[in-house]
Amino acid sequence: MSHLKLTDVSKDYGHVQVLKHINLDIVSGEFMVFVGPSGSGKSTLLRTIAGLETITGGTLEIDGEVVNHRAPSKRGIAMVFQSYALYPHMNVFDNMAYALKIANESKDEIKRKVEAAAETLQLSKYLKRLPGQLSGGQRQRVAIGRAIVRDPKVFLFDEPLSNLDAALRVATRLQIAKLHQEMSKSTMIYVTHDQVEAMTLADRICVLRDGMLEQVGTPMELYENPQSLFVAGFIGSPKMNFFNGAIAGKYGAETLGVRPEHLEISDREGSWSGKVIHQENLGSDNFIYIDMGGEEPVVVRADGASHYTTGAPISIAPMANKTYRFDKAGKPIKG
Amino acid sequence: MTTAVEQAPAIPRASTGRPSWLAGLTLGRALTHLALLVLVLIWTLPTAGLLISSLRDKDQLAVSGWWTALTTSETQGVTRIGTAEAQVEEGGRYFIRGNVFGTDTNKTVTAFGLSNAAPGAEPAGGSVEMTDGGAITVQADGAFEWASDAPFAHTRGPRIFYVSAIAPRFTIDNYIEVLTASGVGRSFINSFTVTIPATIIPILIAAFAAYALAWMRFPFRGLIVALVVGLLVVPLQMSLIPLLSLYNDIAKLFGATDGKTYLGVWLAHTAFGLPLAIYLLRNYMAGLPREIMESARIDGASHFKIFTTMVLPLSFPALASFSIFQFLWVWNDLLVAMVFLGAQQDKLVLTGKLVSLLGSRGNNWEILTAGAFVTIVVPLIVFFALQRYFVRGLLAGSVK
Ligand SMILES: Nc1ncnc2c1ncn2[C@@H]1O[C@H](COP(=O)(O)OP(=O)(O)OP(=O)(O)O)[C@@H](O)[C@H]1O
Ligand SMILES: [Mg+2]
Repeated sequence: MSHLKLTDVSKDYGHVQVLKHINLDIVSGEFMVFVGPSGSGKSTLLRTIAGLETITGGTLEIDGEVVNHRAPSKRGIAMVFQSYALYPHMNVFDNMAYALKIANESKDEIKRKVEAAAETLQLSKYLKRLPGQLSGGQRQRVAIGRAIVRDPKVFLFDEPLSNLDAALRVATRLQIAKLHQEMSKSTMIYVTHDQVEAMTLADRICVLRDGMLEQVGTPMELYENPQSLFVAGFIGSPKMNFFNGAIAGKYGAETLGVRPEHLEISDREGSWSGKVIHQENLGSDNFIYIDMGGEEPVVVRADGASHYTTGAPISIAPMANKTYRFDKAGKPIKG
Repeated sequence: MTTAVEQAPAIPRASTGRPSWLAGLTLGRALTHLALLVLVLIWTLPTAGLLISSLRDKDQLAVSGWWTALTTSETQGVTRIGTAEAQVEEGGRYFIRGNVFGTDTNKTVTAFGLSNAAPGAEPAGGSVEMTDGGAITVQADGAFEWASDAPFAHTRGPRIFYVSAIAPRFTIDNYIEVLTASGVGRSFINSFTVTIPATIIPILIAAFAAYALAWMRFPFRGLIVALVVGLLVVPLQMSLIPLLSLYNDIAKLFGATDGKTYLGVWLAHTAFGLPLAIYLLRNYMAGLPREIMESARIDGASHFKIFTTMVLPLSFPALASFSIFQFLWVWNDLLVAMVFLGAQQDKLVLTGKLVSLLGSRGNNWEILTAGAFVTIVVPLIVFFALQRYFVRGLLAGSVK
């Protein structure tokens, strides 16, 4: 049991308001991902939950108890930092055993728990090594192991994979997904920049912008029903194309959004024409960048086997019922 | 008016004829290396000279410089042979025997003679006719034998002059002499008694203060840091006398008869050392990654626990450098020790002892050199023992 409830949580540093009236319910066992642009307050929100920052307004409840003023170590949380924050002068075993030693657990118990965690994370071979003698991926696993051994109610991850290379990132992502399945009773809160991490790991995603909560929902909800222009542009990769002016006007909207995967190359009636300026062929898909006179090029996903010459004219059209309409305030237009 | 300057052709850095190690040697680097070499020589030569001098025989030390220590030196000497009373009779002949060096054994005779004008008239092993009858033979080891068929009757022993070679000789006699007879040993212990607590006490206090100033949140923290920085520039001489009289008053208040105790010096050195210690250590500790402390806090560590298990071990380089600073400063200090301990013989520190030796035995080079070396050997040991903690990369693997 580990139900987190944030009610009207605010945080300010002097005059700078970093978090603004955040209301959020994170249910037990849930994998919640915070996404948002840099500086949107993701880390700050995570740190207020951890107790590393004081809350200046509102309440934070864990399992029905208000914990605003409870020390970090008494909240039943464990945190994995972006920079790992390993204890550089202690070997891997001691790094993982530190919290348990402070909690005065017996030597045998500590040994058993650390070895079990090391086993899960394939760290058994490295228990005697110092963090400086490990690779980046191994350090990351030690940081995760340090969290696991404490068997916390809530795991907090602050961009844990951002220092790893692409291949390692995928491997560690799978490991975290597995970890979530194994520790199904623990709640996990995960901060990331990365689309793929958010979409693949999350039970629910929480999109933050300028310290405010934009939208909370399952990955598919956010993908299919973005509740604002911002979320629409933020979720999905490559990002949604936006059209203004005449094109949007035809659809009765201020801004029209169409995802690259929902545009097809066709010169049927009502199609839009432009000029190919660049293409990125990933093998399975070919992303074509088209200049239609707007500020940003329009991106279209085409088949990987296709080929378009740069500079050639091209016509594209949105698929039926796959357009998003937004009003002046950036809110979706229903119907 | 401007003139077009033709671009000079680029000079190739490494021509094919030069060996590869020369290729990277530019003028700048050569100068750097040269400067380094000069610095090293400036530092090591006098130290080496002092060490060698202090180990030399005191007679040799008096006549030649330390750079001749390994070569044989020649001196002239004279000795007076015994009178007729010293003669012995063996098989009808009479002998007077002895050694020109007495009991000294590290010299050898190369030649000898009977007059001051010609001390090297006869090589060692030869014999010379004596005016008092008979002939004298001097061996290389200095043993002489004056033999005559008739009994000796002279009442005043004739002199023999000789040229002797002194083989290089190294000895620790000077140190034994200095450490025992001259009271330097006692001062040595006094210096330790002053220095060790005067190094440890400020470090202990400063480490705690530095942690608090770096990692704990409390009101006026910034002001206290500024105050510490301000105290760094207070000259010692300015506060010394007020401090002493204040200290003496307090000592009287507690009924102490004599204010000049070790405790006083310790406190004085602690007070003078603290600002720098707090400043250095605070800066170092504030530079430690904050995530480590936060992680430890989440792991349940109290401030004290974080201090002992994280900050102290990670601050070793800073602690070691300050220890060396403070140790050297206290060890070499004369002023504070003189003011707070006075010149009492039983509490005289090494620097004070050297000063008094300079006055009383300024001609005895062997004592001065050995005494000086005893004084610098301790800082050297401290430095070499702690220098391995000046390692970079103590934080390796922690963040990123
Ligand atoms: N100690 C502080 N004092 C004042 N402002 C701060 C402080 N810490 C963070 N901020 C501000 O709070 C805002 C949110 O910071 P935060 O670190 O939570 O962003 P983030 O979403 O984690 O960004 P990133 O993705 O780059 O990590 C930023 O605008 C930052 O400037
Ligand atoms: Mg962040």
